[in-house]
Amino acid sequence: MTGRLQLRWLALIVAVLASVAFALPLLWMLGTSVKPIEEVTTASLRLLPEDPGNITKYARENYYSGRPHFTDANGIERTGHEGVLTSENVNFPVFLRNTVIVAVCGVLGMVLSSAIVAYGFGCIRWRGRGFFFGVLLATMMIPFPATMIPTYFIFKYLGWIGTLRPLWVPAWFAGAFNVFLLRQFFMQIPRELFDAGRIDGLSHWGIFWRIVMPLAKPALTVVALFHLIFVWNDFLAPLVYLHHQDTFTLALGLQFYQQQHGGTPWNTMMAACVLTVAPLVIVFLIAQKHLMGSMATSGLKA
Amino acid sequence: MNKRVHNSDSAVHGLLWISPWLVGFAVFTLLPVVISGYWSFCDFDGLRPAVFTGTENWTTVLHDPLLHQTVRNTAIYAAFALPIGLALALGLALALSARIPGRAVWRAMIFLPTLMPLVAVGIIWMWVFNARYGLLNLVLGKLGITGPNWLTDPQWTMSSMVILGMWGIGNAMIIFIAALQDVPSELYESAALDGAGPWQRFRSVTLPMVSPAIFFNVVIGVIYVWQIFAAPYVMLPGGGPGRNAYFYTMYLYDLAFTYRRFGYACTLSWVQLAIILFLTALAFRFGRRWVYYRGALQ
Repeated sequence: MTGRLQLRWLALIVAVLASVAFALPLLWMLGTSVKPIEEVTTASLRLLPEDPGNITKYARENYYSGRPHFTDANGIERTGHEGVLTSENVNFPVFLRNTVIVAVCGVLGMVLSSAIVAYGFGCIRWRGRGFFFGVLLATMMIPFPATMIPTYFIFKYLGWIGTLRPLWVPAWFAGAFNVFLLRQFFMQIPRELFDAGRIDGLSHWGIFWRIVMPLAKPALTVVALFHLIFVWNDFLAPLVYLHHQDTFTLALGLQFYQQQHGGTPWNTMMAACVLTVAPLVIVFLIAQKHLMGSMATSGLKA
Repeated sequence: MNKRVHNSDSAVHGLLWISPWLVGFAVFTLLPVVISGYWSFCDFDGLRPAVFTGTENWTTVLHDPLLHQTVRNTAIYAAFALPIGLALALGLALALSARIPGRAVWRAMIFLPTLMPLVAVGIIWMWVFNARYGLLNLVLGKLGITGPNWLTDPQWTMSSMVILGMWGIGNAMIIFIAALQDVPSELYESAALDGAGPWQRFRSVTLPMVSPAIFFNVVIGVIYVWQIFAAPYVMLPGGGPGRNAYFYTMYLYDLAFTYRRFGYACTLSWVQLAIILFLTALAFRFGRRWVYYRGALQ
């Protein structure tokens, strides 16, 4: 059995090395976001600033302050960039607010509509069900870019371009993959519960709300999480539909910020990335088991 | 007991329940695909009404050097990123299926980057790839290697994109881990009794048993590569030097919303749909030969 022990050691070494390699870019981002600008442009592998005692000061400068003044390596007085949250020409708090609006409205609609549709596919027997379910599965293959242009003109016709509506209203019409996921779950609910509901005189609507939905909470949570991640990630749709920074979401706003500040102040740039990424990391830490377990059955990043 | 009457409702009832999806499908999928089909035969700038131009756009597809370059770039990316990514994901899944301390933590750390918004990923990696102060070249420097100009040297932009892609293999890894869990341990035991070493066990037990997961990941990957957009759009606008990292969807977007050639862009969206359907069908056709489904035997 020594061979097996050796293999386990090998596995551990691979696991540790890989985890460090995967985490390094994130640590690099975090570290850079609390460094002063003059330290960012030195070829040093340090993850933290040279004077770690000043981290809170640097963090405040990069995240939340007016333009800092400093002396560069040649002894010249310079003015740095203002903190991300207090930037004069890029309104990060508004981006966050917009993303939360899209996320809340979208998640509500996606969970509710997908559950209703999944009930129709999984809990009611009717002629033509198989055919429509096949169509639903087939739509999963159609990529957004394929429908993007006419969809843009449909929203333009509705007068919705430049508003957040194109980003959350479609979520109220169910997502194919989420319907698939919920249907699988609904079909595992014991038939006796449905029968009991019927004997008690409940209609489908009653069974759906009183029996299926309370039992389906774990699956509904997964759908909510998937959609939240989707909203936070989505870039192409906001890029197409939104034109004014008052309506930008975080992903689009981050790209806008990057264009405004082109390259150099990497510390504030990384602070902006931290702010964009942090809410998702927190959600991940809370819902980790849920997410990774369901990702295994789905394998889809929305 | 007339159970049948109880259990089957009228189709109207069913349609009513699925109506949210049905309406959404009609408005946001079917209608756009049909309109896009018509516009693919038109000259349309979004301001004046679309003008029917017959097959002009479709012949342009055959003679558009930039389109051919984006298809080539996307194919090159897929040819490297998919096999390397799948091999790495499977290797990590094997390591992280072993009984080792801290397993859940290592899994989470590798999975975490897949949740990151791709715009943020792009910007983080612009900084990592920075030729002078970036993490990657500083680490390479410590090893005595002079790193290249990852994002400004046309010879390296594609490699940079492939490396970036490796940061997102957590999804595939999780799917492999789930597949590995389902491999019955008796198979390993009997293989060991037959005197099979680790490599042989991998070849003749693990690989066939996870082949459905490999197949699944290949199909997902093939559908995904044609939609790559956010990260290269941020990191290498216009595909970077020599347009070597100009991907299909980037060109589609630029044609429509930068150059307002909506008709031709619709043609390309149909081409994209056709490519994806064709490659998926191809995967299913060849998949049948080497994918082993346990259920099929039972």
